[in-house]
Amino acid sequence: MGILFSFFAVIILVLFVFVGVKVVKLQFLFGIIIPYAAVVTFIVGVIYRVVKWGHSPVPFRIPTTCGQQKSLPWIKQNKLENPSSTLGVIGRMAIEILLFRSLFRNIKTELRDGPKLAYGSDKWLWLAALAFHWSFLTILVRHLRLFTVPILPFIPLIEGIDGFLQIGVPRLYMTDIVILIAVAYLFLRRVYIPQVRYISLPADYFPLFLIFGVALSGVLMRYFVKVDVVAVKELTMGLVSFNPNIPEGIGIIFYIHLFLISTLFAYFPFSKLVHMGGVFLSPTRNLSNNSRIVRHINPWNYPVKARTYEEYEDEFREKMKKAGIPVEKE
Amino acid sequence: MAKVEVPKPDELSKIDYTPPKRGWMDTTVEFKPGTWCYGTRPKYVEAVDLPNPREWKPTDEDWKLPENWREIILEGIDDRLRKYRSFRLFMDICVRCGACADKCHFFVGSGDPKNMPVLRAELLRSVYRKYFTASGKHLGRLAGARELTYNVLKEWWYYFFQCTECRRCSAFCPYGIDTAEITLMGRELINLLGCNTDWIMGPVSNSYRTGNHLGLEPHTVKSNIEFLLDDVETITGIKIEPTFNRKGAEILLVNPSGDIFGDPGNYTAMGILMLFHEIGLDYTWSTYASEGGNFGFFTSNETAKRLYYKVYSEAKRLKVKWIIGGECGHQWRLFHQYLDTWHGPADFLEEPVSPTTGTKFENAKSTKAVHIAEFTADLIRHGKLKLDPSRNDHLKVTWHDSCNTARGMGIFEEPRYIIKNVCNYFYEMPENTIREKTFCCGSGSGLNAGENMELRMRGGFPRANAVKYVHEKYGVNMLAAMCAIDRAALPPLMDYWVPGVRVCGLHELVANALVMKGEKERTTDLRGDPLPGKEAKEDV
Ligand code: SF4
Ligand code: SF4
Repeated sequence: MGILFSFFAVIILVLFVFVGVKVVKLQFLFGIIIPYAAVVTFIVGVIYRVVKWGHSPVPFRIPTTCGQQKSLPWIKQNKLENPSSTLGVIGRMAIEILLFRSLFRNIKTELRDGPKLAYGSDKWLWLAALAFHWSFLTILVRHLRLFTVPILPFIPLIEGIDGFLQIGVPRLYMTDIVILIAVAYLFLRRVYIPQVRYISLPADYFPLFLIFGVALSGVLMRYFVKVDVVAVKELTMGLVSFNPNIPEGIGIIFYIHLFLISTLFAYFPFSKLVHMGGVFLSPTRNLSNNSRIVRHINPWNYPVKARTYEEYEDEFREKMKKAGIPVEKE
Repeated sequence: MAKVEVPKPDELSKIDYTPPKRGWMDTTVEFKPGTWCYGTRPKYVEAVDLPNPREWKPTDEDWKLPENWREIILEGIDDRLRKYRSFRLFMDICVRCGACADKCHFFVGSGDPKNMPVLRAELLRSVYRKYFTASGKHLGRLAGARELTYNVLKEWWYYFFQCTECRRCSAFCPYGIDTAEITLMGRELINLLGCNTDWIMGPVSNSYRTGNHLGLEPHTVKSNIEFLLDDVETITGIKIEPTFNRKGAEILLVNPSGDIFGDPGNYTAMGILMLFHEIGLDYTWSTYASEGGNFGFFTSNETAKRLYYKVYSEAKRLKVKWIIGGECGHQWRLFHQYLDTWHGPADFLEEPVSPTTGTKFENAKSTKAVHIAEFTADLIRHGKLKLDPSRNDHLKVTWHDSCNTARGMGIFEEPRYIIKNVCNYFYEMPENTIREKTFCCGSGSGLNAGENMELRMRGGFPRANAVKYVHEKYGVNMLAAMCAIDRAALPPLMDYWVPGVRVCGLHELVANALVMKGEKERTTDLRGDPLPGKEAKEDV
């Protein structure tokens, strides 16, 4: 149900633009108002989310330690998996965020006859996730070409690397292909692995379809249904310079692309996609494991009612005396 | 109450991993016999002033909840969202990638999809979405939100008490989402309605009154220990006379009480006493702080804190300089990550220095509590112990990294170093089942009761399976671990899945190998089993 619903939701979004632009001629709405609104929603929403997380304290130091602790000098500490200093934490977070360390650890558990459990390395999810996120980022950076004059110097460099295959005109970007394959893989595993299908919600399929739609419309526009790039740049420059106008002659496919992106932006803060910001704040990863070395303060720590030694002794004094255990009061 | 039969291993290991056809929101919880613990008796709830004490059974239709139970829970969620970033964040950022799914021993052993960490968390997350997020309020099920109903509450109870809070899932999650943290919150919420299990609340109330889980009163603590020392005397010829509640001792030992109560923990306690005697340590054992473990942690942060008041306050009263903590899992999760925050600063104590070797324990600078494995490893490294590992030659040992000391502090090398020095035959279990990937005993966090034995055998299956591997390959016959729950939970697990493997603590092995000054020639190990090479002599 979730799959079909999400699929049709994206189709409806596309039709919506089609009718809006082609029939009702609402270029102004789809080219200017909605993108602005989406960006504002994105920024405000993400800030709101992060501030809300940040507002809740981290009362206890609870890192998940995945390597040897710092202890005796002759025992080698695993500084990245079990950091005791800020530098170590930065290292841990860097490999986590840039290389998806924890997913890399993934193993597959299988029950064999015997009964025996077998564990195999399982790197596909890691690979697909890495391919997806890095392609996404590269594509995003490539798009900065549309928003900057003069074009920032690192953009052609990235384009050069991305398009080193040099196939055809316009040259083929690897990331365009990779992102489509990666998203398709992420979708298929959701459908084919029974457990993953069981836990999947509409909110898991929808972003996949949406991102697939964004990538696909982008690819179509670049390689197949050409749009007037000069006009597109005019529009985007207008948007960033707060002097928006709608140039003539941009194809419908562009509006579809733009609208899907706007939807993605606006949807972002309200969905699981906020994991992008959240990963930085995760207390099991971004804290150093030094809770016995330095005291960590809980801002809402409050005194509790406890059973004191005096109460204890009062109850057991006679028995203690008989057993020869020292007491405070004879 | 009637004992629930556990199916035989070959039956239990037929596990079906195919999830049901119906979505999880549409299936109501079914209380399968052998998988849940009895509801708590009112007297235990009263003993620690928790709400809603009453007679009830988890399988009852009516749980006798207060009229406004829903508001209580929702307010409880709100409160915890404000207090714990971990909770709020973990409610928001899971992408349901499923990487954690087959990492949970309960899922591996039961195939029940609600035992996948992600889904276990979704049980709570779905309610969070409904009442605390805009998308959940407006889109409902489409956004993965559902109402908090009586059935949902029962489902929470059932599945949050099928999580041993071992954190294995967290190690594999790309965001470090710690389902243990979520079930802890879940259990706190359930506790607001007075719905804990007897096996947790009993120890909690005991611990509160007598200082230890088992409810041992001071004279019993003392006599139990003296009883163990009689055995030590028989075996070694050495009479050990520890002190209790002695003021001015240098070190306070805080040990799990299970170790002075029953096999095989007993031998670990004997080992520690022998070691301390041998190096002439100036320490004392407190009858008041006679428990390292803290079952309060399985009810709420506040109860846990209340139970640990005794640790520093006793250290202060006895004017010791620092603390050594024994072989206990949850004790160390809490000593390491919570104690100082709850009850510190421990500025009346001194930074720990080993009186035997002069080593400063830099990593315990603030808490002033040293793990006994750190302490002993240091002794061995400095050549302070005379060891004869051949006395353990009848044992082929493997090491179980207890979840809490593994994923809660990262103590991996110290115990291995010790074992390698006191045993000649040591074999590691397969790589994906040890260290940070270690598998739970299946009975942690208050699940080591008798009535949920099937669940325990299921949950312990992955651990047992790895032991079985080294048992078959190398003839391993001893599973060592530094956690009191392990020592209680693993023996039945081994008997069930891997007969022929026994369970011990680290210091039992140390004490076997320890050549003590003035000891008589030993013919048996601590368990009274003949030492290798001594069997023949006895026959003559
Ligand atoms: S691994 Fe983490 S993000 Fe993935 S499903 Fe499990 S808890 Fe969610
Ligand atoms: S903490 Fe352990 S028992 Fe709980 S869900 Fe995670 S893996 Fe399973």
